[in-house]
Amino acid sequence: MDAPKAQFRRVAIRAGQPATLSFEGTVIRATIGDSVLAALLESGALIRRLEFGAEPRAGFCLMGACQDCWVWSAEDGRLRACTTPVADGMTLFADPQPMAGGHG
Amino acid sequence: MSDRTSDVAIIGGGLIGAWTAFFLARRGQRVTLLEKGVVGAQSSGVNFGNLRLQGRFPGQYPLSLRSQALWEDFDALIGEDCEFEQAGHLYLAYDAEEHAKLEGYAEVSESYGLRIERLGPADLKRRWPWLGECAVAATFSARDATANPRLATPAIMRAAARQGAIVRENTCVRGVERRGDGFVLSLADGATLSCGALVNSAGAWALEIAERFGESAPVFPAGPPQFVTEPFPYMIEPSVQAIDGSVIFRQIPRGNIILAGYPRTAADPVANRAPVPPAKTLAAMRALARVAPMLAHCHVIRVWSGIEAYLPDMIPVIGPSETTPGLFHAFGFCGHGFQIGPGVGLCLSEMIIDGATPTPLDPFSIGRFRQSATVSEKFRKEFD
Amino acid sequence: MADIVIIGAGPAGISAAEVLCAKGLRPVLIDEGAQAGGQGYRRPADDLALDMNRLMGSEAGKYTALHRRFEMLRPKIDYRPRTLVWAIDGSQLHLLRDGQAQTLDFDKLLIASGAMDRVAPLTGWTLPGVFTLGGAQVALKDQGCLIGSRVAFLGSSPLLALAAKQYRDMGAEIAVIADTTPLAAKVAALPALLRAPRTLRRGIWYMAASLRAGTPMLHGVTPVAVEGENRVEALVLRDKRGREHRFACDAVALGYGLKPETQLADLARAEFAYDPGFRLHLPKIDGLGRARPGLYLAGDGVRIGGADAAEASGALAAHAILSDLSHPQDIEVVRRLARRVKRLRNFQRGLARAFAWPTAQIAALSDSVTLCRCENVTVGAVRAEMCREFGPIEVNRVKAMTRCGMGRCQGRVCGPALQEIVAAEAGQDGALAGRLRGQAPIKPIALAAAGYPT
Repeated sequence: MDAPKAQFRRVAIRAGQPATLSFEGTVIRATIGDSVLAALLESGALIRRLEFGAEPRAGFCLMGACQDCWVWSAEDGRLRACTTPVADGMTLFADPQPMAGGHG
Repeated sequence: MSDRTSDVAIIGGGLIGAWTAFFLARRGQRVTLLEKGVVGAQSSGVNFGNLRLQGRFPGQYPLSLRSQALWEDFDALIGEDCEFEQAGHLYLAYDAEEHAKLEGYAEVSESYGLRIERLGPADLKRRWPWLGECAVAATFSARDATANPRLATPAIMRAAARQGAIVRENTCVRGVERRGDGFVLSLADGATLSCGALVNSAGAWALEIAERFGESAPVFPAGPPQFVTEPFPYMIEPSVQAIDGSVIFRQIPRGNIILAGYPRTAADPVANRAPVPPAKTLAAMRALARVAPMLAHCHVIRVWSGIEAYLPDMIPVIGPSETTPGLFHAFGFCGHGFQIGPGVGLCLSEMIIDGATPTPLDPFSIGRFRQSATVSEKFRKEFD
Repeated sequence: MADIVIIGAGPAGISAAEVLCAKGLRPVLIDEGAQAGGQGYRRPADDLALDMNRLMGSEAGKYTALHRRFEMLRPKIDYRPRTLVWAIDGSQLHLLRDGQAQTLDFDKLLIASGAMDRVAPLTGWTLPGVFTLGGAQVALKDQGCLIGSRVAFLGSSPLLALAAKQYRDMGAEIAVIADTTPLAAKVAALPALLRAPRTLRRGIWYMAASLRAGTPMLHGVTPVAVEGENRVEALVLRDKRGREHRFACDAVALGYGLKPETQLADLARAEFAYDPGFRLHLPKIDGLGRARPGLYLAGDGVRIGGADAAEASGALAAHAILSDLSHPQDIEVVRRLARRVKRLRNFQRGLARAFAWPTAQIAALSDSVTLCRCENVTVGAVRAEMCREFGPIEVNRVKAMTRCGMGRCQGRVCGPALQEIVAAEAGQDGALAGRLRGQAPIKPIALAAAGYPT
């Protein structure tokens, strides 16, 4: 039997507005109030790849201390997934992406 | 002479002491180096790691170029890697006045044979698209480089030890006395050491030794605010400097961006504290985002500083004592000792063994402080 | 009026603020989290259908009371959630709020920064699906999620059994509860534990509950590896007889007790001393929590004592502040609090002896194990550097040479294990291995936080 696709398993329903985000081009459905990390791990088992060796990572301490779950948001740059709530329309990536525009 | 335990004693196991020990030992001198803590721990280990040739004090170019050749040969000479990267140095000007200054620097560099490229805004955008658009002009020197200062000094020290130098860490020198035409050092553990020549490369602590022999220099300790960012995709090859000094940065191939900036902050060598005021970190963050706007969302992960010795004319003391034959000083590198470290060590070894060095070092004589010291413009700008 | 700032809205910070408010003062209470309560009494969002009474068990009453007290307190204080203190410069805090840097001056600073799990590395611990034990509880309380469907609990802590029970109650399969401390060592520490019998009973009850449910519970194990390709597939252990066992699972929770988050105390220039019981360098404090004039430390952020000790030590530190501001004090109240803090912290000290930090296992880790998750530095790289001539024998120098502890987390995760590796390799005591110095920013901050130049 294949291992389940998701890492996290939800056991308490959240009664909130639905939010749709994308991670590496895949659509992810979540609920407002979910952390980005919970939303990503409910649909898979990868948050990012380590810069030195590209091994997969999916967070560790879940309380903002270990700094192992940074993802890249097209709008806001780096987000720490475990302490950032989801927002509808978030476009997320495992690695930094070139930002549109800039300040000069 | 035969009762002497060493030909040369070196006080201070930083970069300068290490290179000096290496070159002396390589020519068969019996060298003992004394370090109060561990090798390469102070400014030698915590500096920015710039091997910059552009924009140096004009009188320093012969020494600087001699040093760069030694850095370029580091792996063969020392037998280890110190993350030497020869990716050039980009100097940026943001207005006409800065542009004129840049041009002045370029002409000096070229008069010593350094190849300098002059670049306008269009060239900058084409070659380094990550640059912000506000620089009006820049110069680029391809021979400039960087290295990892944390790795360099211990590696050089190991090479010196392989050549026969005796290196004693955690060894405080309690007393230095003239004996005949040499010196006797008393050490904290009660031992004594006699030597023919003595090198004072004790960094922020060197003044104490100079003063025992009736010499002085207005040296004072300070540290630059520095920070490092998280790793980011590697794209910034050269080290980059805004000529106003607000920001000097480089990206290492691992991806982290390392930054230093002005103004520097007074440090406390007794408590071994070199604070980094957060306001200076914020100013440097703004300055970096101005020069490289695509880094705006890159994260700073750690600040640090280190104790460096400065002099008001912003050039070091290098050369023989004017009161005591056999004593040589090398201290007060004013935050730019890393690049010239190997040359200083080589010149000192030549002065000690051959009685002279072909590299002109007159501007760096300790005797210049017998008159009232000149305060350089750099000094006014780079401290607060 | 003096500007009093409290960092951390857990049980310690909330209790301190209550004491100060009762004297008519209005402290600033800064918290990184969006909801008050800290990690242990973390409050789930209102819209999460989670039965906290069931989850918190015997602690539910205290949990509810703390949040009720905070609601009463909130209008009387300057509460600033979602605010990171990233640096401290003399008597000025540097904050990050909504992505922007700000400053805040203080006369008196109370830091109640809480704790995180202390973790011993093992092969495969960087795989997706390995989380801290505290993280496993946060996932449940904060997000209503289990870290996996079949979870292994590994470490050395009474909380392994507690968390496993919570997980089982919420529908998880428990692959194994594996403790590195031999059962005999725990029994030997019983006399110390009897000082807090209620807590002890709870611990024993959870262990018994695990056994009744048929969950394998092993004592005195040696962790071998977390196995899996790109994610957790199994936990491999050696039992005390040396036999290897493989437990199929899709998540592992790792916990070896807690360690104080002392980075801010360090930036506030507290002095540190090595504590041989916990094998950690901890800030020095007096009996009331004073670290130096104007600086007070309370809760698990300075000494592990649990939620009850955190509450009492927060109140105690607030009394120290009042005393230093020349407010009249009820000496008996202060004495009572001090006794309570001392008793509860001594109990935790006993627990730390019973559920030992596995120094020998860490010292024996194989060279290939990743030590620093951030910078990808192995145990072997640290040892190799230390063996060289002029090689480092102290953690800060090891960091400088190998980058171990130099990354985004600044050694929060690898620091305690690094200290053991360095101590063992240098053949010396943990005290001499040194302490990783804290540096601003205590957590990463974007360049944009400084604001753009105009």
